[in-house]
Amino acid sequence: MAENIKKDEEQYVKLRLFGLPKLVPYLRPLKKYIILTASLCLLAGLIDTLIPLFQRYALNHFVGESTLDTLLPFILGYVGLLAVQVISNFISGCNSGRIEMYLNRDMRRASFNHLQTLSFSYFNQNSVGYIHSRVMSDTSRIGELIAWGLMDSIWQLTYVFSSIVIMFVMNWRICLLVLVIVPLATLAVAFFQRHLVRLNRRVREINSQITSGFNEGITGAKTTKTLVSERRMEEDFTGVSRDMTRTGVRAAHYRSLLIATISFASYIALALVLYRGGRLTISGVIELGTLAAFTSYAMNLMEPIRWIVYTITGLISTQVNIERFTRLMETESDVADSPEVIEKYGDSFHPKKENWEPLHGDVEFRDVSFKYPDGDEYVLEHFNLKVPQGTNVAIVGETGAGKSTLVNLACRFFEPTSGQILIDGRDARERSQLWLHSNIGYVLQTPHLFSGTVRENLLYGKPDATDEEIEAAVKSVSADQVIARMDKGYESDVGEGGDLLSTGEKQLISFARAILSDPRIFVLDEATSSIDTVTEKLIQEAIEHLMRGRTSFVIAHRLSTIRQADVILVVQDGKIIEQGRHDELMKKHGHYYNLYTRQFTEELMKKS
Amino acid sequence: MKDNTKKQTARSGPYTKAGMLAHFLHGSKRFFIACIISSFIVTLLELLIPQVIRQTVDSVIGDAPINAPGFILRLIDSAGGAAYFREHLELVALIILVLALLVGVFVYLRSQTTSVAAERLSQKIREDLFSHIQRLPFSWHMENKTGDIIQRCTSDAERIRTFVSDQLISVFRILLLVGFSLYFMFSMNLQLSLVAAIAAPIIVTYSVIFRVKISKNFEACDNQEGVLSTIAQENLTGVRVVRAFGRENFERDRFEKQNEVYTSLWVHLIKLLSYFWAIGDTIGGLQVLLVLVLGSVMCVNGTLTAGELIAFITYNSMMIWPVRQLGRVISEMSKAGVSIDRIRYIMNSEPEQDRPDAVSSETAQQALRGDIEFDHVSFGYDSEKEILHDISFRIKAGTTLGILGSTGSGKSTLMHLLDRLYDLPEGSGRISIGGVDIRDMKAADLRRGIGMVLQEPFLFSRTISENIGIIDRNIPEEDIRRAADIACVDETISEFTNGYDTMVGERGVTLSGGQKQRTAIARMLTQKAPIMVFDDSLSAVDAETDARIRSRLAQLLGTATVILISHRVTTLMQADQIIVMEKGRITESGTPEELRTSGGLYQRISELQLEDTDKEVG
Repeated sequence: MAENIKKDEEQYVKLRLFGLPKLVPYLRPLKKYIILTASLCLLAGLIDTLIPLFQRYALNHFVGESTLDTLLPFILGYVGLLAVQVISNFISGCNSGRIEMYLNRDMRRASFNHLQTLSFSYFNQNSVGYIHSRVMSDTSRIGELIAWGLMDSIWQLTYVFSSIVIMFVMNWRICLLVLVIVPLATLAVAFFQRHLVRLNRRVREINSQITSGFNEGITGAKTTKTLVSERRMEEDFTGVSRDMTRTGVRAAHYRSLLIATISFASYIALALVLYRGGRLTISGVIELGTLAAFTSYAMNLMEPIRWIVYTITGLISTQVNIERFTRLMETESDVADSPEVIEKYGDSFHPKKENWEPLHGDVEFRDVSFKYPDGDEYVLEHFNLKVPQGTNVAIVGETGAGKSTLVNLACRFFEPTSGQILIDGRDARERSQLWLHSNIGYVLQTPHLFSGTVRENLLYGKPDATDEEIEAAVKSVSADQVIARMDKGYESDVGEGGDLLSTGEKQLISFARAILSDPRIFVLDEATSSIDTVTEKLIQEAIEHLMRGRTSFVIAHRLSTIRQADVILVVQDGKIIEQGRHDELMKKHGHYYNLYTRQFTEELMKKS
Repeated sequence: MKDNTKKQTARSGPYTKAGMLAHFLHGSKRFFIACIISSFIVTLLELLIPQVIRQTVDSVIGDAPINAPGFILRLIDSAGGAAYFREHLELVALIILVLALLVGVFVYLRSQTTSVAAERLSQKIREDLFSHIQRLPFSWHMENKTGDIIQRCTSDAERIRTFVSDQLISVFRILLLVGFSLYFMFSMNLQLSLVAAIAAPIIVTYSVIFRVKISKNFEACDNQEGVLSTIAQENLTGVRVVRAFGRENFERDRFEKQNEVYTSLWVHLIKLLSYFWAIGDTIGGLQVLLVLVLGSVMCVNGTLTAGELIAFITYNSMMIWPVRQLGRVISEMSKAGVSIDRIRYIMNSEPEQDRPDAVSSETAQQALRGDIEFDHVSFGYDSEKEILHDISFRIKAGTTLGILGSTGSGKSTLMHLLDRLYDLPEGSGRISIGGVDIRDMKAADLRRGIGMVLQEPFLFSRTISENIGIIDRNIPEEDIRRAADIACVDETISEFTNGYDTMVGERGVTLSGGQKQRTAIARMLTQKAPIMVFDDSLSAVDAETDARIRSRLAQLLGTATVILISHRVTTLMQADQIIVMEKGRITESGTPEELRTSGGLYQRISELQLEDTDKEVG
């Protein structure tokens, strides 16, 4: 179980300085907020070093000299300083929030937009959950740390630094003793960082094992029960779970040691100051008041130093997030338009539609070989097929046999490993992806709708469609009655991913959506599997009508629906084993024949 | 849908909210207590060290009288008084180092015990959840969404962990600290203490009120985050649609718009929070000033000494920050309460249970070698829709029953009942094996005795070898290979680079439907069950392999009772007895020979299919 997950995790990019330099491009636009907040933090740090002076004054002047003569200016001064501090904290609070949120926003946007350009192989290799957390959670962890952790550090560092300056001015010899803590702390951090980074990574790996353990325990419940292997599943899960506890505790051990070491180191500095400073005071080199001030400064340093260490441990654990984010941003699409193509046709976000040629729909596979980027075996080898404009191609075969591969190649969702795919006689790579995709109407077996109303979903196919066009498209697939039955008609909410509708309803709407976009190439991926037979027949007729003159690829499970296809491709284990028209294939008595008779039997039984 | 949500926060069941928490805390409680104790010790020590330093500066190096409890004074006197320490300052340094070492040790302990406690708490929650879910009946699994349950098992569990190990612990620490400071303050000067203490309830009340007030802003942020997250989610799951329609631009704009909405809501919320902090800072700062000024005035009037004032200021500053924390903790509590409820929903669901008077395993094993009988069985998954109507048949031990029927005719339901994935309610008939009602057997005994291969088999994401040998870790490698060989999958597996150690599923190779089915058959064979059920389990295998597997199985099946569900007449012809099911009823039954001439569905189908074979041969 573990070895495969490692494969995913070991590709970490080596990052310097906790990966912070990778974030520079996202921080640059926020420069003014950062500078303002940093200066305010500096101010706050300075004010905090001044506050003890008020206490000293009260003790020395009021108490020491038994007088209250300057009480009013004292109060006013204090209140004034407090006001400055409160206002500056308020502004830097607001600004830190902006830095955090804007940084999150920009990183989310960048990663989301980058994802829009990655090819399907990326989405095939990484689960939706995995990618989703790159966009949503990694970015927010990074933002949080940068905005609050680093800003706090500035305040703390200022405090530490200005305290040291004051101490240095008071007596530089003793001050050097305080600085003993710096190399000690650095050493400790450096030593523990290595372990912590390693263990944090391991914790994440195990965490994903735990999630998939739950997933399997739930989705595999039926199998587990029939095999009576609940005990085994439990034992294995417990194994991972214990591993998690052990690793978590080990990581905590180093974290605790680090915190304890820093705490100890800071007291060593104090003891040294007291010893050396005490000696000097006794021998009359420095005054008692100076020593008192000195030690109180040194003591006040403890807390900020500890916070800095907390920030550093935070940085160490956020490093993983930065690594993941960076890895996503550095992933390059394996289907990309060349600079010349972008120059002429524009990219996905800025299409130059004025240069787009009309698409007719001739598709040709010329000596195409293909293997998935993560696979070893060729799925297609030296495949040749001419699909003239208006041809109806049907693809049949069992689930997972590779039916979609052909379609994905034709639509240029994948690039052939070798060979060419020609659209209207020209290599597909000579035109932009968007040009081709804008001319495709795709209906999936598991139709995907977006949250929103029925109308919004239909408009996905053609944003500027008129009501008449929408109604015509809906009517052509007999979805009008279904929509009319919904409580708000076209304005009905479809729910997340279309969850509020049945699969059949979703298929009808996605069908209408495709038709509305008036594509030159139609792709129907088992598009009618959940529609009842009567409606299917209606759609069948509509399709035949609509497809006239358009190229279409139909992946079908119900073979009765593809008898009329111009060419049928039979796919098994990723290879095309038969090819021809329905009656030719039936005569062959091969695989297609077996599939067909089996289904026929099934249908016969249902009808009886 | 609405019904469902209501059910999922069910409050009835063995665990109350507090009971649930107490149950999960079992095994980590002592670490939490250790953590609170070490935290207390650290606080004490951190208070002590500044005192030692101050006394050293003032009284050892300076000449003020030592201000310390009597026994410490006596201790100092016996060592030779302040003068002795003045000569041997290294002793003071040493004392501080020793104290510092103690602080270090307890800081470590505090941090480590918190982590151990938190890890153990998480472990307990997830392991209990996992085993409980494993034991919940199959119907529960069908009623609940996987994603939702996983969410509860991970995010909600995490929230409880954070609540206990961060918030609950800090409540203890804060109360200790505040109590401690107040005690010392009150023991020094009543009036000044009252002035100092009055700030505490003000700050706590103020933070709680404020938190409650802005909780709807937090909620709005959560909701908008949900919307944003859904857009991203839908974009990723619908990536094919986005690309196919070339709508990257639209998607970018939609995400961007929501991204902006969400961001500005948060920026606004943080602004509100900044007001909150600013007011908190002001109250805190003014309180410090008030204590300082009043204290100074009291000193001047002679009602307070300078030393007392210094101590007072120290304790006062110790109290302010934790008091401000308290408001936050209180408002977090309600969130954790929701998570506990969501987990309680799972833990309070009733697991599968055997009857207390269930027959012994030996009796069950004996019975499972007997005849299987369905006696007037009717059943529906919900009370409104009956799927099986009055089904009766008998399978003699050691014989094979073939079942033919279309999708939705009730074949699989029949098998669910036989394996007790669903229990047949009383009064809806009786299913017995070897004369024993299956409801009187322990579910594990029954299922162990029935080897079931499902139509769409589920393989676990482990190696192929582990998958085949899943029922028992100790199955020798050669048994696994033999089973794979019989199921005609040995050859395929050997072709993989890693052979039997090839990982299956999400993180490994994707097997085709046929390969999965054959692997599942191999897995079932290692079970060596007296009853075997093949639920259309060779549907994705071509006819030739199907025949090969069947002939190999035939040699093996000798004494086993077999149920074969299939569409292939050639497969069914091997059966001793066949039943034909249509719409939840048995419409035909008899030997294959009888049915071939009965004029029913079987005859029509067999003629159609056998005609094909003839042609193929010809």
